[in-house]
Amino acid sequence: MKYDVIVVGGGHAGCEAAHIAAFMGQNTLLITMNINNIADMPCNPSIGGTAKGIIVREIDALGGLMGKIADQSHFQMKMLNSAKGPAVRSLRAQADKITYPKNMLKALKKTKNLEIKEGIVENIIVCDGRIQKIILSDQTEIETKSLILTTGTYLKSNILIGSENTEGGPHGEKRSNHLSDNLAKLGFKIQRLKTGTPQRIQKDSINFSLLKEELGENKSYTFGWDEKPNYKIEDQQKCYLLYTNEETKKIILDNLDKSAMYGGYASGIGPRYCPSIEDKIVRFKDKERHQLFLEPESLFYDEWYLQGFSTSMPRDVQEKMVHSLKGLEHAKITKYAYAIEYDAIDPLQIKPTLESKLVENLYTAGQINGTSGYEEAAGQGLIAGINASLKLQQKEPFILKRSDAYIGVLIDDLVTKGTNEPYRMLTSRAEYRLLLRHDNADLRLRPLAWKIKSITKEQYERTKQKQDQINDIISILKEKKLKLTAENQKKLASEKIEVNASKTFYELLKRPDINLNKIEEFCPIICNEEMKEQVEIEVKYEGYINKMNRDIEKMLKLEEKLIPENIDYDKIKNLASEAKQKLNKIRPLSIGQASRISGVNPADISILAIYLKKEYAKNE
Amino acid sequence: MLKDSFFAIFFPSSKIIVNKYAIIKKIAKLIEINYNKKTNFTKESDNMNDTICAISTNTGNNGAISIVRISGPEAIAITSKIFTNLKFATAESHTIHYGYIKWKEEPVDEVLVMKMLAPKTYTTEDIVEINCHGGMISTQKILEILILNGARIAEPGEFTKRAFLNGRINLLEAEAVSDMIEAKTDHARSLAMNGISGKITKLIQNLREEIVNILTNIEVNIDYPEYEDELVITHENILPRIKNITKKLEKIIEESQNGKIIKEGINIAFIGRPNVGKSSLLNAFLEEEKAIVTDVSGTTRDIVEGSISLNGILVNLIDTAGIRDTEDIVEKIGVQKSKEMLETADIIILVLNYNEPLQKEDYELLEIINSKPHIIFLNKNDLPKKINCDKILSNAVLGNTIELTGLDKLKDEIKNRFHLNEFETKDFTYLSNIRQLTLAKQALQNLKSVEVQININTPIDLLEMDLKTAWNQLGLIIGESYEEELVDNLFQKFCLGK
Repeated sequence: MKYDVIVVGGGHAGCEAAHIAAFMGQNTLLITMNINNIADMPCNPSIGGTAKGIIVREIDALGGLMGKIADQSHFQMKMLNSAKGPAVRSLRAQADKITYPKNMLKALKKTKNLEIKEGIVENIIVCDGRIQKIILSDQTEIETKSLILTTGTYLKSNILIGSENTEGGPHGEKRSNHLSDNLAKLGFKIQRLKTGTPQRIQKDSINFSLLKEELGENKSYTFGWDEKPNYKIEDQQKCYLLYTNEETKKIILDNLDKSAMYGGYASGIGPRYCPSIEDKIVRFKDKERHQLFLEPESLFYDEWYLQGFSTSMPRDVQEKMVHSLKGLEHAKITKYAYAIEYDAIDPLQIKPTLESKLVENLYTAGQINGTSGYEEAAGQGLIAGINASLKLQQKEPFILKRSDAYIGVLIDDLVTKGTNEPYRMLTSRAEYRLLLRHDNADLRLRPLAWKIKSITKEQYERTKQKQDQINDIISILKEKKLKLTAENQKKLASEKIEVNASKTFYELLKRPDINLNKIEEFCPIICNEEMKEQVEIEVKYEGYINKMNRDIEKMLKLEEKLIPENIDYDKIKNLASEAKQKLNKIRPLSIGQASRISGVNPADISILAIYLKKEYAKNE
Repeated sequence: MLKDSFFAIFFPSSKIIVNKYAIIKKIAKLIEINYNKKTNFTKESDNMNDTICAISTNTGNNGAISIVRISGPEAIAITSKIFTNLKFATAESHTIHYGYIKWKEEPVDEVLVMKMLAPKTYTTEDIVEINCHGGMISTQKILEILILNGARIAEPGEFTKRAFLNGRINLLEAEAVSDMIEAKTDHARSLAMNGISGKITKLIQNLREEIVNILTNIEVNIDYPEYEDELVITHENILPRIKNITKKLEKIIEESQNGKIIKEGINIAFIGRPNVGKSSLLNAFLEEEKAIVTDVSGTTRDIVEGSISLNGILVNLIDTAGIRDTEDIVEKIGVQKSKEMLETADIIILVLNYNEPLQKEDYELLEIINSKPHIIFLNKNDLPKKINCDKILSNAVLGNTIELTGLDKLKDEIKNRFHLNEFETKDFTYLSNIRQLTLAKQALQNLKSVEVQININTPIDLLEMDLKTAWNQLGLIIGESYEEELVDNLFQKFCLGK
């Protein structure tokens, strides 16, 4: 039989891609090496974090699963940056490594139109530039209209511990030996990337009394927009903070030549934001100590994750290193830290829809595209699944702009700038982050999601209702004025608020010392906490929001200047040769995207713009 | 002075100051004619392949030597056709050749011709530069001959445009070069040169680095909130850092205003009641009979302009009609214009008569100049003192135009007022054009806004927006503005990660 969509890989990208394609009515097959490893979390036991937490909420707003499943599967929730401005807050859940995959599998099994099958895909067959079928390692052939590759770190992966180099994926799983070579034959540029994971420590060998506690939030939160929190605040588990010391440093420096990375046993490029502990010690020699965290992996087994201590040292050195840490003097290492090298494709060869430029109806998402992180993978999986479905439905593609979502920033960065290290999302990558907040992901994205029917009507209605109510509140605040009656003045005086002339509540709310709760005392408004937050942000930061909106307007003007798909850059006189080369390779969709390509400078953009104008005028 | 004597050899009877507008008008006419030709015969797409020519030295100023520059594939061939030195066509690159430019076998000018072959030239094309010695008239003739032989007159800034499009120079350099093209004096050229050599770039780069370090620190605090060992940016610790940057930027802007003086010169308006000798004084300055001088009141109706060079700075002298109450309509217009001129002048020189008591009009003029930078010149001190206000005497410059005394004192006073003596020795590290200056001012405005936001406790990640804008604006001045820089800095300077 022929499927509409086949998804290869059951990681975070694969789960989202398969689920949304099936939800959008496509007859979908998810192929995974091991059904028990669906939505596996081979590295840190958390979902969310700075920037990433916002992605999780965006995924939920667009109809994805990650937020909901994380809400059902965590044992600690934290609101990061709560003391900072609203633009940079985000949630992080300590997700249970047993519960999360189990709940995800349950959700997938419940999804209509979705089948799950075990197998290793080793080849893909392309006919007339379009995907035709896949071939499994047991030579089974399966036909499909479109294919989404979400193979994670399993393409020709090698595990590195010191000088030991073993073929295989995380957990000693089998790797895909031929798929990346076969992709290369189709013209894909393959690059070798590297990432790593730290040790796991047995719980009862840790001396917790020497460590500093890290607690969950005192208020309960959810990633998802559709359900209320259903965990008890007091049931949250603790994490712990600890530090490296002089001895740790000495051990690492003395054994540097034994590390896979420093000893020259590895060839992949590791991420700068996720350096191994030896990297940190070498690059920041003057730093006395480095911060580490101990986090429980699950309530169902006793391994703890030693965040910040990722290394590719041999086992005996790792023992010494771990034992040098205060509180871990007698620690039992249950899993040694390792580095993993794997094949990825050059994301410059994919379109903003995540469809390949080389093969029609072939999509890639997640680590195969050069990213790192569960959330980054899930966000791409969702977009690939949506676009594969839309194309089969012969509908317009779904491309999130940089001003729409972090997911939009992520994909635009990938397909415009490429990456030569695993790409991690950071708030600093999002220039419009004041608008891309975690608290308004539903308001931003559900209207867009409803247009492509990746969410239910009910989900959309709820958001619409919320938006309407927020608008109502704001117009009430703008209309109504605080009357300086004797009664009101007495009230104000008791609150030590100085108001000289009668002002609208909107103007009053702008003042740093006045919030909506205060205003409610003078002007009754019906709204819940969520809406209050939106109104306060919108009113208090109006100046900054307006400024950003003006920037966005400028940016969108450039985005609207589309470049014809068949443009011949060699025909453009005066275009610098580097720009010509880059434009030919990336083939941007718009002048806006072209202007973000490194190596294409403003002069090239104006030459390109002039050329387009001239050509366009000719056609008229 | 050397330059002037050279000039005198070729133009022995000419006046030192030539009315620059006359020449500009002539050139403009020539350019216009050729523009028309161009639009008739040249396809726009062929633009880059044309051989272009222009007078490269500034046409408005006097000078013994002017240079005609030719650039493009036909530069060598065209020059060979009109140059008497037969070795030129086959000579090596970057050599100088002596000979005559000829027109119908008649020599037009004795010249030195520089030959520079692609790609090591300003435009990266073949370039010929003809150093002409025969003054403006023969230089224009040479230009004409070149055009008749197949070159086309360059558009304003086209050499630079080609250099830019051929990847020879970046945006900032291009701007500095275009400023150099407009540069009227030696100092302005030196200022423009500094734009190219990158002194401004360095200054701005330093400021940007200070800003990006703060930005990066803020970003680290946001993206890695649990890293307690990193410095946390607070309102208290950010304020002195911002103030420090603001101060430095203010200094650059202030000095750039001086840069404007260097580039555009100083406008000096002479005012005074009719017949106090203001035109005679102005003429003494110009060392030529330019303004009409008569004994009849109110004849200097038009605003007469002339320029001199003080310490290499261009000084434009503006004569104003005698300001007085008048019923004469023609004269009224002149008076009106004079008052307008006062508004645009950088300094006003009020001329009073030493030999007369102050009159009602003198008092009015004293009041007009009171709020503006001014110097008072007491003319006719060869005659007995009759002026009756000692308060004025103490600050005024005394002199007369009969014996030509007091002029040097007056010049010295002007030099002092504009610190012109310092310009001789100072490095010119200024923003050299309006675009750059405007961007710097905008950046300053954003920095000030950051200071305000700090004081009202706006969250750091929000006020960071203005800081980032300032950083980007400074980047635009020097043609660097990549967000990627920020991310790179993040990982270089901070130790982060799981």
